[in-house]
Amino acid sequence: MVTKDFLLTILSEVKDPEVPVLSILDLGILRDVNFEKDEWSIVITPTYSGCPAMHTIEAEIHATLKKYQVDTYSISTVLSPAWTTDWITEEGKQKLEAYGIAPPVDEVDKRVLFSTPTVVPCPLCKSELTKMISQFGSTACKAHYQCLTCKEPFDYFKCLR
Amino acid sequence: MEESTYTFLLRLGDDSLILGQRLSEWCGHGPILEEDIAMTNIALDLIGQATNIYTYAAGLTPDFNDADALAFLRFEHQYLNAILVEQPNGNFADTLVRQFFFDAFRVPLFEHLQDSKDTSLAAIAEKSLKESRYHLKHSSEWVIRLGDGTELSHERAQLAVFDLWRYTQELFHMDTAEQKLLAQDIAPNLENLRGIWLETVETVMEKATLKLPTNQGFFGAGRLGRHSEHMGYILAQMQYMQRAYPGMEW
Repeated sequence: MVTKDFLLTILSEVKDPEVPVLSILDLGILRDVNFEKDEWSIVITPTYSGCPAMHTIEAEIHATLKKYQVDTYSISTVLSPAWTTDWITEEGKQKLEAYGIAPPVDEVDKRVLFSTPTVVPCPLCKSELTKMISQFGSTACKAHYQCLTCKEPFDYFKCLR
Repeated sequence: MEESTYTFLLRLGDDSLILGQRLSEWCGHGPILEEDIAMTNIALDLIGQATNIYTYAAGLTPDFNDADALAFLRFEHQYLNAILVEQPNGNFADTLVRQFFFDAFRVPLFEHLQDSKDTSLAAIAEKSLKESRYHLKHSSEWVIRLGDGTELSHERAQLAVFDLWRYTQELFHMDTAEQKLLAQDIAPNLENLRGIWLETVETVMEKATLKLPTNQGFFGAGRLGRHSEHMGYILAQMQYMQRAYPGMEW
């Protein structure tokens, strides 16, 4: 019998195509799994409005459920409450760092137009001497940084609130 | 009421789509790799916002089935974006000044819309606001860097400000749809956003050592579907595939 726990377990096999160590549970993209009327309702939310990974993720959810022969379900997308990086679990943040992507750190409020860049420690050598190369990195959710100690460039999963 | 909402959604969504399309023209042509990536990422955010807005709008009209139909199958006079966003990319300063004028308007607009009585619109605004704040940070920092940079970058940024200023007044125009939505607490009074916008613009101009023109600019009619000569070319490129091969998918 299909239970919520079972669905959560199999859905944790669905990874972010851009950050394949993170599942949709780690990222907080999976909002809700509930049995309503006669089917399972799976609710997801996008990270960024234009995130192209959402299509892949939805296709992956379909494929995973099919693999485990779950066929009475529907997938819906919600925008509110809007996703922020606070939805990433602690475990998710650790996985990010181990993968070489600096996890989001507390940043000053974006409403402040001018502020000094946040200190983002290097995920490789842990040095705090890093500099931002660009606010926009390889994907919409990342910024581009460089470590001034070990000289390695790295991605920073930027804080979105 | 739904008709006013539909019109307002098109104005909002078309601004996003057309500016997103414009920015995507920089793909592979950015002055440096980081900016090439930045501009295309911003384009992606804007096109994503347009998708959310059109998806909602498509449910309010019998004429278009979905977001794609609204994006690709309308004629020029049916697009209600402001004339500012269809202006050519020009040089890097032209693009960034255009972006800055737009972002400085979008942030307070979404801040107000997230409290809209229309919960679907509020959800879209709440989501989009977080992205627009990043865009504003990016564009304002560049306007300062260019204005307060070399003699050449200053000159180009100043010319861009003089050139694009005239198109900004349209952003704050309250048409019938906006007035109806204001009365129902669905949309804010755009006239009131002008002051907030101007405060941001003046702060950045001062840091950038740039001057604002003293004239008022003119009233553009893009919101009514009357566009500049550039619009047709944008649509010709953007719609080509769907017009030539209706319903095609990648």
